[in-house]
Amino acid sequence: MEHIHDEEIKKLELIANRLRQHVIESVAHAGSGHQGGPLGMADIFSALYFHILNHNPKNPQWDERDRLILSNGHICPVRYAAMAEAGYFPISELKTLRQFGSRLQGHPERLRLPGSETTSGPLGAGLAQAVGVALAGKFDKKKWYVYALTSDGEHEAGLHYEAMLFAGKNKLDNLICVVDRNNIQIDGNTEDIMPLEPLREKYEAFNWHVIEINGNDMEDVIRGFEEAKSIHQKPICIIAHTIPGRGVSFMENNYVWHSQPFKEGEVEQALAELRTIEEKLITEHAQ
Amino acid sequence: MLNKKVKLIENLFDPAIKEVPTRNGYGEGVVEAGKKNPNVFVLCADLTESTRNLDFKKEFPERFVQMGVHEQLLAAMAAGMALEGKIPFITSYAMFCPGRAWEMIRTNICLNGVNVKIIGSHAGVSVGPDGATHQAIEDIAIMRPIPNMTIVAPCDALEARKATLALLDIDGPCYMRLAREKTPVFTTEETPFEIGKASIFKEGDDVAIIACGPLVYNALRTAEELAEEGIEAMVINSHTIKPLDEETILGVAKKCGAIVTVEEHQVTGGLGGAVAEYLGQVCPTIIERIGVQNQFGQSGTPKELIEHYGMGVSAIKEAAQKAIKAKKTK
Repeated sequence: MEHIHDEEIKKLELIANRLRQHVIESVAHAGSGHQGGPLGMADIFSALYFHILNHNPKNPQWDERDRLILSNGHICPVRYAAMAEAGYFPISELKTLRQFGSRLQGHPERLRLPGSETTSGPLGAGLAQAVGVALAGKFDKKKWYVYALTSDGEHEAGLHYEAMLFAGKNKLDNLICVVDRNNIQIDGNTEDIMPLEPLREKYEAFNWHVIEINGNDMEDVIRGFEEAKSIHQKPICIIAHTIPGRGVSFMENNYVWHSQPFKEGEVEQALAELRTIEEKLITEHAQ
Repeated sequence: MLNKKVKLIENLFDPAIKEVPTRNGYGEGVVEAGKKNPNVFVLCADLTESTRNLDFKKEFPERFVQMGVHEQLLAAMAAGMALEGKIPFITSYAMFCPGRAWEMIRTNICLNGVNVKIIGSHAGVSVGPDGATHQAIEDIAIMRPIPNMTIVAPCDALEARKATLALLDIDGPCYMRLAREKTPVFTTEETPFEIGKASIFKEGDDVAIIACGPLVYNALRTAEELAEEGIEAMVINSHTIKPLDEETILGVAKKCGAIVTVEEHQVTGGLGGAVAEYLGQVCPTIIERIGVQNQFGQSGTPKELIEHYGMGVSAIKEAAQKAIKAKKTK
């Protein structure tokens, strides 16, 4: 397994913090959109776009790229932020989120934004598309990976299980499904709405290899992805335990922040808290 | 008068006419499509034989994908394959694909702008004894409003084979509707077929019968009976429901002034709906719509069901007479 230097971890943590600030700013500017999921997944997006993915922001259709399918399209503010930071489009464009004529639709659309890989949002359909991409990749003997990012709430959709069953049967070891296990969905906590546990055992019963990580611990995130790429003959599921709203005290672990308009002062407070963390990271970085 | 240019078979009304289900035409066509284009895949949901995919499976086992009873996955996964340049033909009974898979077809395939061919077999009440659960008579209606969708309902097995190959020339989503039951093969290799171009099979100026699917044959039989009474009915094979051949439809509306639409589908949302919506806007014309009248089907023989739900020759004839009468008293 590749050794990851502390410097790299700090770099990725700083990028994750910037992604969180972009999420707050762009959703605030849009006047609507989702915050909890994007904040919780910022570390994983930083890890993917700046360490794990083989990709080329200047050529989003580069044939040998890894494919990143975002199934829970509603957390797109963090993907847009990562794409902008990576150089797919100018950071200033993040301000157009959810606006008329923007490439940054409320839920991502492939035909509008190159590099978004697929049109997504209706829950439970992303893994199914990722399975199709992975099958085509196997047929063409390609080396790239397909990363399917999913929410825990969408594990209530039947289609997702159809895809799990098919991927297990076909031993799609070029497919890595990440589950954002943040325990919240729109109406409340997942275990109250529709219990998903035991989740690990569900995947294992469908013939998947399962890895569990702390999705807000950069070192653990990188370890998880590296382990995933060492698995053969089985599709891989990474259950990423994350804190929804991560980085903003009043949003963390509160399901109402799945998506809710900001009230007066909240944007400023959120950004102030994130900047405090950023300064702390920079100070540690310098030591 | 029959239109000689379309080269239908001789002895069109021979009681011993050869009968083959349209799904068989697809089965032959998709093997040819597979030979023609290495990106063609067939995705099958546990219905290999009855959706006529056995030959493709034998010929191209590596491009045949067994999905199991997963019709939602069938559509969504095909979208993923198409993102990688494959051309998946997704096949099941029309009740399940497009029926069950509607939202995946709409969002993952059509909004995503990918090239997937949707093949729905066992459409219509002529599925027969299986009963209403398996008789898709709403499939055209659910596909029609989706932007960029092409919809084809071939009139016989030969046309279904031609249509299967023609789908390959369209870089985008297409739905082809097929039937289980054996029906007359009355076109020939020489009969022209072009997606989006309706064919005038019989000339006439008293009433225009615009039909799709195997019921085009019933339309021809009706016209033959009407001719014995001195009524000249035009018969149009409108195999493509979307995009509708508006030029031809407008021409026949102006010429005949009375129209009967014929389809094995609910009378709302299908071919009759498309013709009425279009003509209502550009050339209001008397229209009688033959099809299932806002009901579910039931078990029975195909012939019994076609008659019971008002799609037989006598029903079409009555509708034609009614339309002509309405035109005269207009």
